[in-house]
Amino acid sequence: MNIKHIIKTLSMIDLIKGFNVTLKALFREKVTIQYPEVKTPLSPRFRGKLALMRYDNGEERCIACKLCSAVCPAQAITIESEERNDGTRRTTKFEIDAFKCIYCGFCEEACPVDSIVETDIFEYHMTENHQRIQTKEMLLATGDDYKEQITKNRAKDSKYT
Amino acid sequence: MKELITSLFSTLTVQQVTLVISIINIVIVTASLILFVVFMVYFERKIMGYMHARIGPNRVGPKGIFQSLADTIKLLFKEIIIPAKADRFMFLLAPLLLLIPAIAAWAVVPMNPEFLIADINAGLLYLLALTSFGVYGVILAGWASNSKYAFLGSMRAAAQMVAYEIAMGFALVGVLMAGGSLKLGAIVAAQSGGIQNWFFIPLFPLFIVYFISGVAETNRHPFDVAEGEAEIVAGFHVEYSGAAFAIFFLAEYINMALISILTAIFFLGGWESVFSNISILENSVFSFLTQPSIFWLLIKTLFFLFVFVWLRATFPRYRYDQLMTLGWKVLIPITILWIGVECIMFVMEVGPWSSI
Repeated sequence: MNIKHIIKTLSMIDLIKGFNVTLKALFREKVTIQYPEVKTPLSPRFRGKLALMRYDNGEERCIACKLCSAVCPAQAITIESEERNDGTRRTTKFEIDAFKCIYCGFCEEACPVDSIVETDIFEYHMTENHQRIQTKEMLLATGDDYKEQITKNRAKDSKYT
Repeated sequence: MKELITSLFSTLTVQQVTLVISIINIVIVTASLILFVVFMVYFERKIMGYMHARIGPNRVGPKGIFQSLADTIKLLFKEIIIPAKADRFMFLLAPLLLLIPAIAAWAVVPMNPEFLIADINAGLLYLLALTSFGVYGVILAGWASNSKYAFLGSMRAAAQMVAYEIAMGFALVGVLMAGGSLKLGAIVAAQSGGIQNWFFIPLFPLFIVYFISGVAETNRHPFDVAEGEAEIVAGFHVEYSGAAFAIFFLAEYINMALISILTAIFFLGGWESVFSNISILENSVFSFLTQPSIFWLLIKTLFFLFVFVWLRATFPRYRYDQLMTLGWKVLIPITILWIGVECIMFVMEVGPWSSI
C-alpha cells in the first residue's frame, strides 16, 4: 500500500474510465438485427437442409453408389437400391434422419453425380417425431423447389472449389 | 386541499380532515411509486441494452413501452410455489417485511416544501430505522425458504447491509451537522441560495460514500453478492415465484428510488434550482427554471437512478472479501475522517457554517 496506490484508489480514476466506456457505448450504433423481419446475409457455402437434385430432363441424378452414406459421420443416410427396367441402378429408398444430420457437407463432396446438395434453408421444423425422417420424395421436392437458389450459389462459389 | 375537503364534508372534525388528507397523500405517493417501478424496469432494460450496443425491449407496444406491463401481468398470473418444508407463514411474510419499510420510508420524504405525508421532527432517524428494517425481510426470506442457497444469500445480505449501514449512518451524521436539523425539509432549506450552497461541495467524500453505501444497501450491482446470479442463482429469493417474487422486485426498485431521492435531498439541494442565481434567465421567459420546484428534484433523482443502471452496466460484481474490505476499511474511516474535517470547518466558520 504505497501512496500512489492510495491516491489512485481514492480518486476513483479507474471507475471513471469504466464509466466513460459504457457512456460511449450508450451512443454507439446498435448491432441488433430484428431477426424474423431482417436476416443476416448468408454465404453461398452455407450448409442447410439437404436436397436431392434431378437432371434437366427430370431424371433423378442419384445412382445409389452409397458413397454419401459411407462418408456420413453421423450415419444419417439410409439407402436401398435395385436395378430398374432400363438397366440403370436407382434408389428405392433414400432417407435422411434430420436429427442425426450434422450438416457437415461431406455427402455433397462425396457425391460423384452432384445429386445430394445442401440448400441454404436453416429455419425448418417438424411437430412430430416421425417427421424427422426425410424420404426420397421430400428431398427431391426440396431440390425442385430450390433448384434456382442452389445453382446460383454453386455458380458463385465455383471459382474457389 | 384542506379547504376543499372541509367544504365538501362539513361534518368532519379537524382531526378527521387531517386523516383524510394523509390518506389521499399516501395513495398518491404509493400509486406513483408503483407507476415509477413500471417505468424504471423499462428504463433500466433500455439503458442497459443501449450500453451493450443492443436496442433493448422493442416488441410489446411502440418501442416496447408496454414491456414492463406485460412482465407484471405475467408475474401476477404465475403460480406461487411454496416449498414443501418451508415455513408457510414466514415465507409469505418475508416479501411484505421488505416492501412495507420500503414504502413507509417515503412518509418523511418531502417532494416540495408543502407536499409531505408526515412532518415529523426526527425524519432522518426514521429513515435510518426503516432502511435498516429491510434486512429482516431478506433474512426471513432466506431462512423460511428452507434452501441452503437462499440461506447463503440472506447471510451474505445481512453481513453486507450491516456493514454499509454504518457508513451510511456516518455520512448522514455529516449531513446532520451541516444541515442543523433532522427534518428533511430543513436540510434542503439549509442548502438554498444557489449551487454553491449545496452540501455536495463541502461534504464531497460523504456524498460519494453515501451513494456507494446506498447501492450496497439496495443489493444492486456491483454489490449484489446477496443475489449472485452466477453462484447462488438468485440468493435469498430463489424459491419465490409469481406475485411473491414481484413484491421483492417492487421493494428493490422502490428502495433504489428512495436512495436516489435522498441523495438528491441531502447533497444536491433537493428541489432547489440549478440556475437559481443567473439573472439573464430570471428576467426571460425561462424564469420558471430558476424557481425551486419538484421538477428539479425529479431530474436529480432520475440522474441518480441512471447512475444505478450505469453502475450495473459497467462493473463486475465485487468479491465478497473485497466488499467487506471496502465497507469496513475504506468507507467507514473516510466518513469518520470527514466528520473530523467538518468539525474543523465548523470552528473555522467556512462552508455551510459561515453564517453562524
